[in-house]
Amino acid sequence: MGKILTRMGDGTLTEMDEADLKRDLEEGTRDAAERASVSPLTEDEQKYLFDIFTTRAKFASVELGSEVVLSFDGGTLKTRRLGVATGRIQAIQFFEKALGADTMELAHIDYSYKQIKPIAGDEQPVLEQALLVSTVPLFYGAMPNLGIYSQPDGPVPNPAELLPQGKIKEARAAHEEAVEHAVKDIVYVAGKMYESGADGINFDTTGAAGDPDFLATLRATRILKEKYPDMCIELGMAGEFVLGMHGEMTYEGVRLAGLYPHEQVKLAQNAGVTIFGPVVNTNTSQSCVWNLARTLTFLKPCMENSTIPIHANVGMGVGSVPVVDNPPTDVVSKASKALVEILRLDGL
Amino acid sequence: MAVTHAIAAGMGGMRAAGDLVARMQMSRGMRIREAKAYVAEKLGVSSLELSDPVVMNEVRDEFRLGLVRDLPGMAKGIESKFRIGELLGIEINCLRRFRERSGLKA
Repeated sequence: MGKILTRMGDGTLTEMDEADLKRDLEEGTRDAAERASVSPLTEDEQKYLFDIFTTRAKFASVELGSEVVLSFDGGTLKTRRLGVATGRIQAIQFFEKALGADTMELAHIDYSYKQIKPIAGDEQPVLEQALLVSTVPLFYGAMPNLGIYSQPDGPVPNPAELLPQGKIKEARAAHEEAVEHAVKDIVYVAGKMYESGADGINFDTTGAAGDPDFLATLRATRILKEKYPDMCIELGMAGEFVLGMHGEMTYEGVRLAGLYPHEQVKLAQNAGVTIFGPVVNTNTSQSCVWNLARTLTFLKPCMENSTIPIHANVGMGVGSVPVVDNPPTDVVSKASKALVEILRLDGL
Repeated sequence: MAVTHAIAAGMGGMRAAGDLVARMQMSRGMRIREAKAYVAEKLGVSSLELSDPVVMNEVRDEFRLGLVRDLPGMAKGIESKFRIGELLGIEINCLRRFRERSGLKA
């Protein structure tokens, strides 16, 4: 076999021989197994990945009949970011009719529940109109984004300023106050969108601001499910483990800091989440081979621990997809194939 | 990138039965195999055919579940969702609101 062409985590092309490929598979799975205290991929699974990466085709796909459901974080933001001069309802119709989307999401460009709260009344009519002209299930989505609750952007003292002063107790109190504000904002906005007819609510990039972010989302989920038992909630994560920005926050007695996907999903389903979206971040200094082996290793026990559908995040910068504006179809399609066929995911 | 995943691993949305399977995950929390089996049984097709745009175009036409092609007289938008909700035996949130606001009885 000649040289194998693949890519680094930043998207650049790189050449490997068989030994390089096997080494990256072994090191990628070992890295995840050690970090999360889970089992590495089996020899058969590594062989399957080896075969996927040694295929010289430009595109890989799952076998006929193995297809899964796709959900879309950011939804209508995607056309806006491209500078395509179209409204959000047209974007939904385009995804539905032209791009084969199984579901779609209405989203505001200022993609945080806190920012949407004062304009919820302007967002609801757009959602209501979109629901009249679309057929696929429609989510309303945004980020919990607890980072914007601290001063000067938000109401609570800034933990990043308090910590360097040694004010650990005050920093933790600020995080706890931010959680209270965020829960109210998330419940308010999600409730309004559900009452306008949304098929589902998406909490995107949960945990981006660490354990307070994850806690606020779990608490908001529990409140929403008690009020609206039929509400579909998709909770997508921001990273492979929960950052301990507070460090001592717990949910149902479980410390949130440092939780990996197979542990996150248990709390999510207990809170009432309908679909869980685990994340594994892409390392730009490693190959896509290393990153994909690592992703599969983190997510395999998550699938096994779950009783709810799992839609793994495979957007730019996660799930072994390179950190680059235009992710190449060769490695993206290989990630798609491997995640669905090896893990038996419920969706992407 | 959404297109890459849709072609590599997606069910095809309204081109096939992706939206219907998604609704079972969302409304009943079904895993993918269970959701596919449920929808396939309701439509009278195999799980494999749920992702086949040729078969599913005919099935969607027959059950008036909404088509990609915009044909005269076909159910569109919320009209097709009434058919989908009835066929799958699920309550679709926006239909409940539609009935309330339009004064239609359930």
